[in-house]
Amino acid sequence: MANDSIKKTLTVAFLLCIVCSVLVSVAAVSLKPIQERNKALALKENILAAAGLMEEGKSIDELFQNITPKVIDLSTGAYTDIDPAKYDQKKYSKDPATSIEIAQDIAKIRRRSKFAAIYLVEKNGKTETIILPIYGKGLWGTMYAFIAFEGDGNTVKGLTFYDHKETPGLGGEVDNPRWKQQWVGKKAFNEQWKPVVELVKGGVNPNKAGAIHQVDGLSGATLTNRGVRNLIHYWLGSDGYGVFLAKLRSQGGV
Amino acid sequence: MSKTRDILFRPIFTDNPIALQILGLCSALAVTSKLETVFVMSLAVIFVTAFSNFFVSSIRNHIPSSIRIIVQMMIIASLVIFVDQMLKAFAFSTSKQLSVFVGLIITNCIVMGRAEGFAMKNSPGISFLDGIGNGLGYSVMLIAVGIIRELFGSGKLFGINILTPITEGGWYMPNGLLVLPPSAFFLIGLLIWALRTWKTDQVEED
Repeated sequence: MANDSIKKTLTVAFLLCIVCSVLVSVAAVSLKPIQERNKALALKENILAAAGLMEEGKSIDELFQNITPKVIDLSTGAYTDIDPAKYDQKKYSKDPATSIEIAQDIAKIRRRSKFAAIYLVEKNGKTETIILPIYGKGLWGTMYAFIAFEGDGNTVKGLTFYDHKETPGLGGEVDNPRWKQQWVGKKAFNEQWKPVVELVKGGVNPNKAGAIHQVDGLSGATLTNRGVRNLIHYWLGSDGYGVFLAKLRSQGGV
Repeated sequence: MSKTRDILFRPIFTDNPIALQILGLCSALAVTSKLETVFVMSLAVIFVTAFSNFFVSSIRNHIPSSIRIIVQMMIIASLVIFVDQMLKAFAFSTSKQLSVFVGLIITNCIVMGRAEGFAMKNSPGISFLDGIGNGLGYSVMLIAVGIIRELFGSGKLFGINILTPITEGGWYMPNGLLVLPPSAFFLIGLLIWALRTWKTDQVEED
């Protein structure tokens, strides 16, 4: 058969490769701007959701105008001049030059970036909301979240897990709005500014001491609960945002 | 005319790719926990099977038989990447939930099976219809499984509460097994049983 000659085989293979690769590249390149925009919008939406700033009828970009993104140095708590729009946490966390190995790795993330992109809502020169990205290991994979604090840097305004691989129906309930609602109004720190928030079994008794630091854990998801607790303790501790939050407090800005 | 209809609708019940040919099970297990993802996945598979059949059939007289599988794979892969890029641009949140499974349409045996088994021997028009038909057959099974899993697994249909679960203040205790992929195995098994009780000629002799 003429089709099976070496020449024909090579020609068909070559032509098909050209046609297919052109089609695929055109699709990828021409759709890239829309995809990037989608990604950026999804991130903004999660930040707004954590801070409880989502409003019906207003576009995400419009709402996000009230938010000031900043990149901070975690070890000093100072603002840096890294452009928040260009900061990529995943890239920074891998690069040895911009990341450190974690000594007491309770969140099980091994390395973290020396910097972090945080988001502030300021009104009349006062910080009203502080939104911090946090992440750590759950049962099946890394859970990514934003935690929002009121201006005192202690009262939780909201917590949103936007990416996780927990079991649907059990640990996957970390993104259940009813569960997340429980976090609102809780105090994350004690008087010595140590993170003390805990997930408890069997429901929170509001009359007992310490209820202000407690949240009802997810049922049937011990390891997810432990992961959530540990990642919050890590990121709010002295190795995480502790220095930054202390600085904010001492400046009286909060 | 009746032949066209036959090609288009035969794969739905008489020659269903999942129930009779037992192809494409992997994605059927993975994406059926929610109806929304089921629909997007179904549309993607219909699109890919139809067009891969069409293109393979259009060049079938020029494909050297020694590299025919690679040629088919290449056409399928290009189409799948195209669909994946489109989803990322225009249905971002659904594409995030479908994650790798859109990419895995490349290895979905239905697409490959139809390209090799049908499109290599038939004209482009008919092959295109055969692709749509088989895509529909796949979709019907997925939708059936999806309805059962979402309704009884999370008490919802299309994300709207039908049986309000206890966790959201209702009365329904969701069946956790149905949310997990293995439940689709049981459901597909039961559906095959039901289908073969109805159409007894599908029962295999042993």
